[in-house]
Amino acid sequence: MQKIIKIIILFIFLFVIGIFYISLTRDTNYNTSSLINKETPEFKIISFDDSNYFTRDDIKKNDYTLINFWASWCAPCRVEHPILMKLSQTKNLVILGINFKDKEPQAKTFLSELGNPYDLLAKDKNGKHSVKFGIYGIPESILINKELMIIQKFVGPLTVDDYNNIIKIVK
Amino acid sequence: MKLNLILLLFIFISKLSFASEKTVDPNLIHKNLRCLVCQGQSISDSNSDFAQTIKLVVKDLIDEGKTEDEIYEFMSDKYGDWIVFKPQFNTQNSLLWILPYIALIFGGVFIFSFLKKRQ
Repeated sequence: MQKIIKIIILFIFLFVIGIFYISLTRDTNYNTSSLINKETPEFKIISFDDSNYFTRDDIKKNDYTLINFWASWCAPCRVEHPILMKLSQTKNLVILGINFKDKEPQAKTFLSELGNPYDLLAKDKNGKHSVKFGIYGIPESILINKELMIIQKFVGPLTVDDYNNIIKIVK
Repeated sequence: MKLNLILLLFIFISKLSFASEKTVDPNLIHKNLRCLVCQGQSISDSNSDFAQTIKLVVKDLIDEGKTEDEIYEFMSDKYGDWIVFKPQFNTQNSLLWILPYIALIFGGVFIFSFLKKRQ
């Protein structure tokens, strides 16, 4: 009987240590890795000039699409803009920019000052569309292939490493 | 005795029908959703941009006729289980849900056999 008690105490001890170990070593930063390899959600988003809507059909046409959520009020968006400008010159890649909770005149000024890297430009006035893509802050970018699968998700401004990574994939 | 049983059954059935008629309470959902850009706050507690957007989407989902569980499932699908304070049962967290019950059963069996032996 005493042997069983000892085994149980040892088991509980190891269990508690295990829980502590897992909790202390895991990455507590939120990441959106759960979206990778998932299909792009259904969406119907109005274009920036209100002339038409963009849907998944517009993504199907392209080999690769990079959906970029941005706003003129977002300082890190300015930081990543040169990277987007460089990416806009890449073949096989279409960039869909989604202007997020922004004012139209400011957004237009932003693009005229820094350049327009977007092949398609849409707007998400109240941010509802962003939830479909698991966005929780901007800038965020999502790389999607022809089969509408999410290949990569970039949280925060795109970096040179991200640029190289995207180029490697879309080549 | 029979009367008591009938009464108990009546209460149980009326509770069940009440539960099925219950409307989805957005505040309850907001309280069970984590604000991902805040420090330990729920969507209900937060006034952040993210929380405002989630509240709008929850309202839309309720208007579409989604149930509370379906809304949690939608949010977990987009942001992972982390967004829900009380995660849904799935294969990844099954051990977390089952383990207390296993511990309870084993503990009960252990105490029972221990007491029996002492007698």
